[in-house]
Amino acid sequence: MPLDEQRDIDLIKDFRVVGHRPVRPDGVDKVTGRARFGADMSAPGMLIGRVLRSPHAHARIRSIDASKAEALPGVKAVVTSKDFGEVDEDLVDTLVNCMATDKALYDGHAVAAVAATSAVIARKALKLIEVDYEILPHVTDVDAAMAPDAPVLHEDAADESVPAGMSKNVVRRYEFGHGDVAAGFAAADHVIEKSFKTEAAHQGYIEPHACLASMGPDGQADLWVCTQGHFMVRNTCAGILGIDASQLRVTASEIGGGFGGKTTVFIEPVALALSRKAGRPVKITMSREEVFRASGPTSSSSVDVKIGMSSDGRITAAEAELRYQGGAFVGSPVEFGAMSAFAAYDLENVKTVGWDVVTNRPRQAAYRAPGAPMAAFAVESVVDELCKHFDLDPLAVRLKNASTEGSKAAYGPTFGRIGLTATLEAAKKHPHYTAPLGPNQGRGVACGFWFNFGGETCVSLNINVDGTVGLSVGTPDIGGSRASMCQMAAEELGIPFEKVRTIIADTASLGYNDVTDGSRVTFASGLATIQAARDAIEKLCGRAAQMWGIDPDAVVWEDGYAKPAGDNAGQFEPLSLAEIAAVAANTGGPIAGHTEVNADGAGQSFATHLVDSEVDPETGKVTILRYTVFQDAGKAVHPSYVEGQFQGGAVQGIGWALNEEYIYGQDGRLQNAGFLDYRIPVASDLPMIDTVIVEVPNPGHPYGVRGVGETSIVPPLAAIANSVSAAAGVRLTHLPMSPPRILKAVTDKQAG
Amino acid sequence: MRYEAPHNLDQAVALLSAESGLARVLAGGTDLLVQLRSERIEPDLIVDIKRIDGMRSITAERGGFRIGAAVAGAELGEHEELVALWPGVVEAANLIGSTQIQGRATMAGNLCNASPAADAVPALIAAGATAAIVGPNGRREVPVEAVSTGPGKTVLEKGELVESLYLPARPARSGDCYLRFIPRTEMDIAVVGAAVALTLDEAGRISDARVGLGAVAPRPLLVEAAAEAIIGTTLDEAALEALAAACSAACNPIDDKRGTIEYRTSVAGVLGKRAAVIACERAKGN
Amino acid sequence: MSQIHVTTTINGDATEYLCEPDETLLDVLRDRLGMTGSKEGCGTGDCGACSVTLDGRLVCSCLVLGAEADGREVGTIEGVADGESLHPLQKKFLEHAALQCGICTPGILVAAKSLLEKNDNPTEEEVRYWLAGNLCRCTGYDKIIRAVLDTAQDMRSA
Repeated sequence: MPLDEQRDIDLIKDFRVVGHRPVRPDGVDKVTGRARFGADMSAPGMLIGRVLRSPHAHARIRSIDASKAEALPGVKAVVTSKDFGEVDEDLVDTLVNCMATDKALYDGHAVAAVAATSAVIARKALKLIEVDYEILPHVTDVDAAMAPDAPVLHEDAADESVPAGMSKNVVRRYEFGHGDVAAGFAAADHVIEKSFKTEAAHQGYIEPHACLASMGPDGQADLWVCTQGHFMVRNTCAGILGIDASQLRVTASEIGGGFGGKTTVFIEPVALALSRKAGRPVKITMSREEVFRASGPTSSSSVDVKIGMSSDGRITAAEAELRYQGGAFVGSPVEFGAMSAFAAYDLENVKTVGWDVVTNRPRQAAYRAPGAPMAAFAVESVVDELCKHFDLDPLAVRLKNASTEGSKAAYGPTFGRIGLTATLEAAKKHPHYTAPLGPNQGRGVACGFWFNFGGETCVSLNINVDGTVGLSVGTPDIGGSRASMCQMAAEELGIPFEKVRTIIADTASLGYNDVTDGSRVTFASGLATIQAARDAIEKLCGRAAQMWGIDPDAVVWEDGYAKPAGDNAGQFEPLSLAEIAAVAANTGGPIAGHTEVNADGAGQSFATHLVDSEVDPETGKVTILRYTVFQDAGKAVHPSYVEGQFQGGAVQGIGWALNEEYIYGQDGRLQNAGFLDYRIPVASDLPMIDTVIVEVPNPGHPYGVRGVGETSIVPPLAAIANSVSAAAGVRLTHLPMSPPRILKAVTDKQAG
Repeated sequence: MRYEAPHNLDQAVALLSAESGLARVLAGGTDLLVQLRSERIEPDLIVDIKRIDGMRSITAERGGFRIGAAVAGAELGEHEELVALWPGVVEAANLIGSTQIQGRATMAGNLCNASPAADAVPALIAAGATAAIVGPNGRREVPVEAVSTGPGKTVLEKGELVESLYLPARPARSGDCYLRFIPRTEMDIAVVGAAVALTLDEAGRISDARVGLGAVAPRPLLVEAAAEAIIGTTLDEAALEALAAACSAACNPIDDKRGTIEYRTSVAGVLGKRAAVIACERAKGN
Repeated sequence: MSQIHVTTTINGDATEYLCEPDETLLDVLRDRLGMTGSKEGCGTGDCGACSVTLDGRLVCSCLVLGAEADGREVGTIEGVADGESLHPLQKKFLEHAALQCGICTPGILVAAKSLLEKNDNPTEEEVRYWLAGNLCRCTGYDKIIRAVLDTAQDMRSA
């Protein structure tokens, strides 16, 4: 038997709960309006906090005079950067982003904040704060920021990776690859080199950032906040405010979307500082305009790709240079872009170089597979051009070059079991791939990759006296993870799904958990849940052994019952979990399972997307006609929510590809800080998004689970660009492919 | 800020006239509340006109319809006779915003907000609609194309408000249509809007036409050259090209976050042609 | 600034409140009446998360003044279920997994209910256009549209 099939048998067991589609446990609260999100909490005596933001893209703050605001009746506190003390080196950028110090670095940068007895008074108070700005030259475009004479944001942000003589805005350089690309290009029958640009896209979660902070003069504090990681919020805020982590209890509210954008802090330390100063609880809710101006979009990018191919479709060499601006601070996801660019291809000769660049824009935050979609857009566009050049089938070429188990990834490691080929095969045999197309229509194909993360995870599983189970996890549920945790616990314990209730425990109730990011929760919290259940099972078996008076090793757990391991163990009626729990007081007290793990083995994820579009040649308008996602989920714990992740990622990709972009004026101010002109897809823009779940089990998880949340946004930019380029008859190299850009490309081509 | 909801027009006019600070009329509120919340305007008085008799009714008058200033888009779309008479105007009004916006937004508000990109206005212009303006000095009827004088500016004087819009009777063998270009399918402000109303003679030739354009100049335009380009024709290819050229020639747009000068100028011609073809089909009863 | 006394009906219950002249109905619902089921996603009428009905007509409560509700009937997400029995749309949304984060869900349910009251047999296109003012960033709308169409079918055959 081949090795792969053997492993499938190990991993694909007959699941009773996993792989089914139960109603999520938090569902009723969310369809009735009872669920409490960030802005839904109040406290007695609560004040309203608001933040004053820089109207300038780049300005020195000479002074701030808040005396008139402080004198306004109803104003209880005003804070500026002077209200925050020294912080550790690794928190400096985060603090400066939350509250500007000597310079405002972008339009929307916080410079002061007030807490008042009403929102109206708080608004008035902001207008009374006098900030003396010295306006400085600014730069918002990544290529312009790299020019030698570009305005400089920071004198000393670059590290030793950056060669001497470059603009000080270039702050990091990354390089990956192997082989000899020059030799590879020499061996190619054809080489295509092209440059691409993408504009910054915002995560676009519908819930603006919101928090309620309460801090007493004794230094004890509570914070209610919508976040992807309340332990991160606790550690960051405690560090910034100079208090012990134990003194700050953070509770994660229901979270109205994040997509990576809620993996850092913006208003939370400010609300705590205001509360400390005022001695009363303070609630801050960002307006939508503030969300766009001051929270993190992803990077805009400028990428050059060069790929050589032999006439039979084999890639002989591939090279990419990626330039991402990450806003006003170090940390664009260009490293991930450079790592992931060619991950779908098994290459002998590959090299990528990434440049991290700072500009006068808000500090970027993670956005779903950060850095990967822009790189895939450039790479998959060039592969598409090569397929056209040689008149080769784009899926066949991808299959021919696909990374498989044992391929050395361009970013270093050797792949284990991965599902890229399976997604390509699924696409090839799907009716979508051969469906006829009409005039002005085109079909696009692209692949995408994401690493998937594991990370620090801690779970507690309590067996209640009535045989039900309370599961405490520390990873905020951003799209149904409580359901999948309940499923995995129920599966392992052998009890019905409904008998498990999962909560997101606060930071005082559970050990540290990494942020909900990197598609890690179903994998890592799931792994920890299964291990905690196994820990509890071991204890349940011990209690049964005690009740029967036999050795614990002689008890096994099967289908929710403790049973004697065999005839030698003795003849006893199986004991259910409920029966053991009912008498726990007599057998040693409460029964619980725990896991503390730094989870490894997340298992990489691949997807192939197919899309048909139509272009109106007179207006440049694109209609998405048909869309199918093929993605490896390892094992789909709750298939409906796996499909939902595929569909949501694809549609975010459609928005980014077609209409979403940060538009800056000559003055460096954001022109479209609202949902009216930052155009995310609406229901009538879209067809149904078809999904095919491919299951190639991840050997690193007991049930074979791989994260699914991020890979789905990696292929769409490229797949849609390939489709639109085919429909328009001209290669589109600048995202978003807004109607004016498409019409111009079509007109320029007609003009020759 | 004060909020007043008078029950008759005289009270409304008196309130608006007496206010020494900034006064604003509230009909559907879909523009006004956005401006209020963003602090772009800080009025001292808001006069809600929805409780005034007649403001929320559609009344037959001289073969056409008089539409109260507070009639919401959704109410226009539910009025079958009005839809049958001026389908292009109702389409234009119904394109403004979402279902939720349609529950509130009014054509009179769209006109008085004086956005160059107002969807209803080019269609009203093409239809030959007039606005009834009342104020301290009485009542006057003004052609819709004369109401806006530039972005956010109108001919309304202190104490005046638009009380209703009048859509005239429509001649036999006539039709109208409004098309707009937006990047998405909904929820956007027009990048270009084009409205055509035309009448055919018995031989099928265009005997009369009016063309309105939006979002291509500081205010919505009545483009007489575009109408002349198709009057006397059967809307053949040459007439359509002449219409497109006249529409493009009338454009005086800006480059902004929604579109470029080049783009708006080109697409104005495209939409003018397409709207004319649909209006012509409607005139033929198809 | 003097407050305005408003007498209104919310989800069938007679309700009175005081509000500022420039305070929106959404702020009244959330901050004065504790009805936080209606959400503020944008405050400019672009996202639909604050959808309510006013005299039966679907509106964004962020674009209605609290004072305007005087003498009118307001319907919110809190009134969609009848006691412990969920509205068919609520059940179908759960069954179809038509929500992920759930922040847009109250507004979408209020909007979809309003559609089905007007049109018990909408096409997919009609559902998509009716809901175009309700932004959802998680789902790509697919399962939402299916849930609404499925509910309509069930309600017709019931």
